[in-house]
Amino acid sequence: MNYSLQLMMALPELVLAVGAILLMLVAAWGGAQSTRLVSWTAIAVLIGAGISLAGPASAGGEAFGGLYRPDMFAAFAKALIFLAAGVSILIAPRFFAETSGDDLRPEYPVLILLSAAGMGMMVSAGDLMSLYVGLELQSLSAYILASFMRRDTRSAEAGLKYFVLGALASGILLYGISLVYGFSGTTLFSGIADAYASGEQKTGLLFGLVFVFSGLAFKMSAVPFHMWTPDVYEGAPTPVTAFFASAPKVAAIALATRVAIDAMGPAIADWRQIVIFASLASIIFGSVAAIRQDNIKRLLAYSSIANVGFALVGLAAGGEAGVSSVLYYVAIYVVMTLGSFLVVLQMRDAEGRPVETIASLAGMSRTRPGLAVAMAIFMFSLAGIPPLLGFFSKLQVFLAAVHAGLFVFAAVAAAASTIGAYYYLKIVKVMYFDEPAPAFGGRTDPVEGLLLVISAVVISPLGWPLLGFLEVWTGAAAKALF
Amino acid sequence: MIQLLAFYLFAAVVCVSGAFTILSRNPVHSVLWLILAFFNAAGLMVLANAEFIAMLLVIVYVGAVAVLFLFVVMMLNIDFAELRAGVMKYAAVGFALAVALVAEILIAVGAYSAGTLQLGRRIAPIDAKVNNIEAIGQLLYSRYLFVFEGAGLVLLVAMIGAIVLTLRPRTDVKPQKISRQVQRRAKDATRNVNHPVGQGVEL
Repeated sequence: MNYSLQLMMALPELVLAVGAILLMLVAAWGGAQSTRLVSWTAIAVLIGAGISLAGPASAGGEAFGGLYRPDMFAAFAKALIFLAAGVSILIAPRFFAETSGDDLRPEYPVLILLSAAGMGMMVSAGDLMSLYVGLELQSLSAYILASFMRRDTRSAEAGLKYFVLGALASGILLYGISLVYGFSGTTLFSGIADAYASGEQKTGLLFGLVFVFSGLAFKMSAVPFHMWTPDVYEGAPTPVTAFFASAPKVAAIALATRVAIDAMGPAIADWRQIVIFASLASIIFGSVAAIRQDNIKRLLAYSSIANVGFALVGLAAGGEAGVSSVLYYVAIYVVMTLGSFLVVLQMRDAEGRPVETIASLAGMSRTRPGLAVAMAIFMFSLAGIPPLLGFFSKLQVFLAAVHAGLFVFAAVAAAASTIGAYYYLKIVKVMYFDEPAPAFGGRTDPVEGLLLVISAVVISPLGWPLLGFLEVWTGAAAKALF
Repeated sequence: MIQLLAFYLFAAVVCVSGAFTILSRNPVHSVLWLILAFFNAAGLMVLANAEFIAMLLVIVYVGAVAVLFLFVVMMLNIDFAELRAGVMKYAAVGFALAVALVAEILIAVGAYSAGTLQLGRRIAPIDAKVNNIEAIGQLLYSRYLFVFEGAGLVLLVAMIGAIVLTLRPRTDVKPQKISRQVQRRAKDATRNVNHPVGQGVEL
């Protein structure tokens, strides 16, 4: 196959990498004054990468000897990732400007771009090596972003914790990869699938599978590998937390789906138990632990753990319906979670400093009615209450599980989702029925306001027309894996 | 014959310098013995037709790790006498580890002589005629170019991170401005005065 076509297939990553390097040069010479320019250009680069998805990057086939898969599945996940990355760049300037300490430096958008390139590599990986390199590119950028506010001790702590635990998880994942490679003789997903299907070296391959799934569970913060999530989400600057809760989550879930289906598809009976356990544990633990939180960022961290659990319900179902329900779930989850963090970004005291306690939301329906409505929409949706979109995404994954014959599993997961509803609704109760706390200061930035309105409208019943498109796209994406 | 001689020479020096790495009282000497051991291990690798690993040993271990380690030892002023004080306390653990390692070596040798693990597939088989540096280069820059470039980006991110997290503009230092130094002319820095005798100097 000619080389230029292969490069065209990897165009989204190329655009991001080259754009990031050029913007890095601008940042190096321009200094802190160039932040605005670099941020907006980075948005343009992300849009460019998104447009390039329409070309050979989503046409199917494989590039670089199977290392890279430019199919619809990858393209769908990348579109979500680029969207979330763009939003996290847009919401950053105001947060950093109003937080005493560090200003936003132009490296922030550059690191987001590089991270997006890594996530692109992850979701298109057709080989354990491109999987690992992409994962490291994404994680390394994330560690730096977590400790981006250097003078804030919580931010530094978050970065350090994330780094140490992330390195441990990478070690576990690499150990699994080396076992799989050792016992199958190949790192290509197609070859690994053959090895699992042949039934030779069964024990060794099974050990490899367990370690690989443990490493991936850490990256998507599924129980029992979730311990880092609340601390990192709480400590990291809020725009970075919004980024963590959206783009890398999509990438990790999509990657786990691809590994499970593409590489380890024949071993579905083995990994299904692991996924079911991780899923139920995430849903139950994420919901129960969130009840006692008084910090909104920590609460949303536990909520993200629970949401990974629901996405894994779809993965456990397996098959085309299962995969499409996973993508369906994460697409709606990304919009809900970005919207919730946009509300969190508006929480500032009279002097404009960010506040994070749930108590400060009290009586927001009277002080900031618009914001309260938006937050209520996101919370009801995260709780899975019809007619909001969060209900349909949960319905999809449960239906997939039921069609796969996992009745008990689906029933337990659905029952456990009511625990989650408790703490989401508690926030609505605090906003609407508690005595008002001091009103939030500061005005809403027009860009943030616009994003907030868009995400709230998409999640509300007005977003129903989008569901049809979403179903078609996720169906096409899932077809690419089979 | 010469290969055999070279093998025993390298192997003996590795063993001796390895022993001295542990036994010498001065930590700096330990590191120097370690460097010697690495060099000779590299020699052994050349004998085994693994030139690439030989070069890695020299460049990575001797060049980077050992020198770095030497700097750490010399700069941090660690009290090694104190570190060694409790060594007998851990003798049992150390002995157990040593036994485990010996057992593993025996098992590995036994398995190897019984016929190694047969792998069904080779992902990227190489031509036996090509030496291994060329073979690695060919794979790295053709088949695995994509991940190679990705690894390059990972290193770039590491560099950006190190700079972003540590570099800050400082106002309390006076850096050298070479352009200003070069632009300075003799007439800006000196002046001619016709100074009367017997009076003080004005500065």
